Amino acid sequence: MSDEQKDFQESAMIRFLRATEVDTRLLGMIGALLLIWVGFHLYGHFVNGYGAFLTPRNLWNLSVQTSSIAVMATGMVLVIVTRHIDLSVGSLLGFTAMIMGVMQVWVLPKFLGLGHPMIWAITVVVGIAFGTLVGAFQGFLIAYLNIPAFIVTLGGLLIWRGASYLVARGETIAPVDQTFSLIGGGPYGTIGATGSWILGVVVCIGIIFMLISGRRQRMRFGFPTRPMWAECLIGGVGSAVVIGAVMVMNAYPWPKGIIKRYAAANNIEVPEGGMFISHGFAIPILVAIAVGIAMTFLATRTRFGRYVFAIGGNPEAAELAGINTKKMTMLIFALMGALTGVAAVIASARLKSATLALGQFDELYVIAAAVIGGTSFAGGIGTIYGAILGALVMQSLQSGMVLIGFDAAIQQMVVGGVLVLAVYLDNLYRRNSA
Amino acid sequence: MATTENTPSAGKTPLVELKNISISFGGVHAVEKASCELYPGEVVGLLGHNGAGKSTLIKILSGAYTRDSGTIYVDGQEATINNPRHAKDYGIETIYQTLALADNVDAAANLYLGRELLTRWGTLDDAAMEAETRKVMNRLNPNFSRFKDPVKQLSGGQRQSVAIARAIHFNARILIMDEPTAALGPAETEQVGQLIHQLKDDGIGIFLISHDIHDVFDLADRVVVMKNGAVVGSARTGNVTKDEVLGMIILGKCPAGATPGPGASTD
Repeated sequence: MSDEQKDFQESAMIRFLRATEVDTRLLGMIGALLLIWVGFHLYGHFVNGYGAFLTPRNLWNLSVQTSSIAVMATGMVLVIVTRHIDLSVGSLLGFTAMIMGVMQVWVLPKFLGLGHPMIWAITVVVGIAFGTLVGAFQGFLIAYLNIPAFIVTLGGLLIWRGASYLVARGETIAPVDQTFSLIGGGPYGTIGATGSWILGVVVCIGIIFMLISGRRQRMRFGFPTRPMWAECLIGGVGSAVVIGAVMVMNAYPWPKGIIKRYAAANNIEVPEGGMFISHGFAIPILVAIAVGIAMTFLATRTRFGRYVFAIGGNPEAAELAGINTKKMTMLIFALMGALTGVAAVIASARLKSATLALGQFDELYVIAAAVIGGTSFAGGIGTIYGAILGALVMQSLQSGMVLIGFDAAIQQMVVGGVLVLAVYLDNLYRRNSA
Repeated sequence: MATTENTPSAGKTPLVELKNISISFGGVHAVEKASCELYPGEVVGLLGHNGAGKSTLIKILSGAYTRDSGTIYVDGQEATINNPRHAKDYGIETIYQTLALADNVDAAANLYLGRELLTRWGTLDDAAMEAETRKVMNRLNPNFSRFKDPVKQLSGGQRQSVAIARAIHFNARILIMDEPTAALGPAETEQVGQLIHQLKDDGIGIFLISHDIHDVFDLADRVVVMKNGAVVGSARTGNVTKDEVLGMIILGKCPAGATPGPGASTD
């Protein structure tokens, strides 16, 4: 290729990016994700004789496995943006799950009777409230007693893990409430084919509505707008991704055993060739998406979010502008605690039990997800969608390595290496774009 | 105490009066029994070496530091200023030497930091804030066009105009400018000078803080000189020469045209 051609191509690319206002970093992350997916699939295909990665079954499982980390990663973005860190989320998740386990297995059935329909709701409320409380307490120590977040949450990492042992002397608490376990996914914890289609269409309409209202808003104040073709392209690609996700989730059928049991329970005759009942979207991924949308709204559209980023950019300036930075710090850690509570619900519901090891090393995955997603340790920079994509990258790596049969030792080493590499690449990216 | 000769309008209530302000950090008396006042439409140059305590004194007025003792009066009434929000409630706005901008967000977000415009649903009204910012910046710095960029990417002068815009946009009555021209070129310095005249005509009282007498002497109606945390003295710029003020700054020696303060050297 001649230099002239290259110049032309580059400027075409730059023009394209400017017109669509797409973040190059987002494109890079999607590229990395696709590379991981295709790489693991091809590796499986050629080396093991069976490419297991890009199958509806694996992608469905991947979506469920990602949920709990993704939920926590959205909170970790705000924590890291304000130049703090939370190392306690994994242990807090374990402790919260243990408390919820005791609540729904030992305590509530005594008063309400086993299988009472309120058990799951009370348990969830207690779990999230407890997480919030612990988070707020840690935040208080950090903000008002000036103990570094690293130390407070490192202490928390040990304390909450120890506390969750004390609750049940290391016993596994099972089985959790039937309704509660639906939040963790599984064949019954899904919204089925029709539900998934309805959701998909609603989301597509939402995307188009947002594009239109965004454009109107810009025109109201006479700001430059994206060219029409770029708006259509964004709307089209966004909708295509959503519809594609619906189709993949619906392509994964219930296993035969579940169908047989379901048919027997509902007096349905299973036809000759078997029945095809789709999973559709699992409830945990819906929870994660809802959290993602709420957190994006919080981070970008509210005063709270604006203050989080201002504090991250220049804590002193935020203070001088009249922002109560101490209160903000406490609230951010309380929010992190609440999200850890939500993640604990998902994780223990998925396992249908509360075990001592639940959430172990999760803090590393959560921090890695946020950092891979573009959250900078220097503060002030990070996005919620980036962290969710980062969680998907981490989980893809993890389950991809399981699928192709790497053992646990290698998995840990790869995950650790990726974390360090991600921060290095982040430095490079920033140096080049600044 | 200031005599009538060195206060612009005897009998008139000062916009702000600082009385016997003291603060110490770990045993070091950064400011000790410092007093000064500011009248509407007056520009007071607060001078002194680095470490003389002028920035500390002014940070007490802007709420960044809480004083150990002393009283602040605004419009003759005792004022409670324990944090930056309190100061802003009294119409005291500050342009800090460091500019105190959040580098990672854009001009509009900085201009409205802590005072965001909201839509009727309680969400940030970014479009309205940007539109307002465009108006303000057009007045201050017509060449400014980078409204979408984080302020980190702006030049020193552009960043300065964002900080100035923030201070004057919310109907400030008392403006504190800490080394306002330290990072600026000659043309931009000239612009700031014009702005100060304009604000003065609007009846705003201005504290100009500098370690360099040339920056402020021509702009100020009065100078207050500090040394080692104490006020050496104050003088109308018409009553003293630059050299005499320089003597106040360096030696703490109060000339005949000035009113001595507790920090004036006695020999």
